Amino acid sequence: MSDARDQILGSIRRALKRGALDAAQAAPLEQRLSDPQRNLIPARAAARDHAGQVDLFIAMAGEVQTTVTRVADPAAVPAAVADYLAQQNLPARLVMTPDPQLDDIPWDEQRLLEIRRGRAEDNDAAGVTACFAGIAETGTLMLTSGPASPTRNNFLPDTHIVVMRGNQVVATYEDGWTRLRAQPRHADGAWAMPRTVNFITGPSRTGDIEQRIELGAHGPRRLHIVLIEDGGTSS
Amino acid sequence: MQATSHSFKQNAHQALGNANLQKALNLMRAGFPAKRAAVIAKLPEFEALREQGKAIKNHVLENLDFYLEAFERNVVARGGHVHWCRTPQEARETVLAICRRLEAKTVTKGKSMIAEEIALNDHLAQNGITPIETDLGEYIIQIRNEYPSHIIAPAIHLVKEQIAQSFRETHTHLDPARLLEEAPTLVAEARTILRQKFLSADVGITGANFCIAETGSTIIVTNEGNGDLTQTLTKAHIALASLEKIVPTLEDASTLLRLLARSATGQEFSTYTTVSTGPRRPEDTDGPGEFHVVFLDNGRTAMLGTEFQDMLRCIRCGACMNHCPVYATVGGHAYGWVYPGPMGAVLTPTLVGVDEAGHLPNASTFCGKCESVCPMKIPLPKLMRHWREREFEKQLSPATYRYGLKFWAFFATRPSLYRLFAGLGARLLGVMGGSRGRFRSLPLAGGWTQGRDMPAPEGRTFHSLWAERRRAGKAA
Repeated sequence: MSDARDQILGSIRRALKRGALDAAQAAPLEQRLSDPQRNLIPARAAARDHAGQVDLFIAMAGEVQTTVTRVADPAAVPAAVADYLAQQNLPARLVMTPDPQLDDIPWDEQRLLEIRRGRAEDNDAAGVTACFAGIAETGTLMLTSGPASPTRNNFLPDTHIVVMRGNQVVATYEDGWTRLRAQPRHADGAWAMPRTVNFITGPSRTGDIEQRIELGAHGPRRLHIVLIEDGGTSS
Repeated sequence: MQATSHSFKQNAHQALGNANLQKALNLMRAGFPAKRAAVIAKLPEFEALREQGKAIKNHVLENLDFYLEAFERNVVARGGHVHWCRTPQEARETVLAICRRLEAKTVTKGKSMIAEEIALNDHLAQNGITPIETDLGEYIIQIRNEYPSHIIAPAIHLVKEQIAQSFRETHTHLDPARLLEEAPTLVAEARTILRQKFLSADVGITGANFCIAETGSTIIVTNEGNGDLTQTLTKAHIALASLEKIVPTLEDASTLLRLLARSATGQEFSTYTTVSTGPRRPEDTDGPGEFHVVFLDNGRTAMLGTEFQDMLRCIRCGACMNHCPVYATVGGHAYGWVYPGPMGAVLTPTLVGVDEAGHLPNASTFCGKCESVCPMKIPLPKLMRHWREREFEKQLSPATYRYGLKFWAFFATRPSLYRLFAGLGARLLGVMGGSRGRFRSLPLAGGWTQGRDMPAPEGRTFHSLWAERRRAGKAA
């Protein structure tokens, strides 16, 4: 349908009373795309130091029904996960992404936790994933897809437990993009956007019935973060 | 869908007598505006962000061809496809062709206003493909064979008893004696049924809140997570977007996202904001095998460079309808097409014609609330006035209205005659109003006096009072 393409671009140019942009006119626009500049950044998170941003992250997450447990180091994570499942009266059974970020955690020490590593399926009631970043300004998790972090694990299990490091907390969405752009690039020089970037702010919800908020519409009913303080203040 | 915007007056009349609708609208009046106000109060930069958001969108519109081509290049570089469609028919055919090639039997859908605009569901169904809406509100109206009454809360016109009844009528394989009267049980039932649909669907169709030129990504914003399951578990992800959804960079999108959820639902951020770039990578273990972006023009390019260009900044938050006294009184269906409320009153005449939808720009009290809450600062009342002017020029307004205006204009352009007749008229009406000072009915204004009395003038005109005050002022 290249006819349609040409016609649409043609009518845009006619409406704007000009032809296609020439190289000189396009240059500043190319620059805008290749070197993205930040717009106004709200002070709420950006004006705090890192410890303040972690506190803000936890407070904002709490406002949207995300629960958070702070632990001192990776060794404390399995017990925190087991405790959470027990508190919620959930079976101690988990699907866990094959994410290397979860490898330094001594899962075997919690013998009651039954863990399968891989892609989530419909009957997985609870799952553990790592994340890419935590955005303090709205208590938002940023997760990226990849071979070790399938997107479905963020949505299929009824209970989503996220293991996060303190140094993954950043102030704003823009800080999240900056970190992602620092990842190794594609062969063509383009930066390696994963197939999916999920910003997740609280458990799934709907207000479609009489505007009353109900949790667990299609995605997880519960979202719990285990935050490892270790190394969390250096970033 | 077939527009019924020409019947706005009858639609509105029926809406006023619909008890369930009025109950549902009362809930809305108490909901969205207060939530929006509360969340905006917590972000001191909100006004400055509005200005920046407006500037970003204006910049895109001035360079729309450049950014569309850049977006296309980047989609293709990441292994995706872009389809350009001038008309709803071209868009429907494009989607159908993809589904057929993949031998799709069922298609799950995230909420997409473009899909509503091109009446995609009917087209797929007529061609043997079953479309399944997965946003709870959209699912409810799909099984009721209705269309959305609100752009972000499609089933806002319904109360839970109506939804329960529709579930009983549709989910006949479930125990008829089950309890289904409260929202949590309704949500749980829909979740169970739709989960199986997500797992078995062949193609997933979503809308796109933003298309990022920098990366060739589309962004969807949801609270339920249905759009994510739709696009993650299927063979192909098709994103439907109108041309003006383009945004240069992820930074620009971040600015607009700070405005969107706050304006729409009064949330700090929607639960799920998802950025999708290309199909799954070869090494990924899930994600769609194909990624298609279907662009629809359908009248957008014709708005560029005209007095309606400002409307192309709209990010579809719904704040204008949430705050509109007319919408809150008659609901969305009265508007007779896909887009209701003030944004619909401007957009619908563009997309389906002013002869069909000329009533809509008149369905306004011009209170200006819509413009004041619009995150993109679209001058909605001004744009509605433009449509009224066009409607008048095309002689589409009723003869009594046009002659009435001409009659008034004759006097208004002759001040001394105006004062003379206004003075006589005011005195006459004042006398006729008698001791009650009110009229129960008036000739030529029967519609107005049907619902209320007309207060009689007290015998003086504004002009004469004004002149008297000025004289008194000078004397003092």
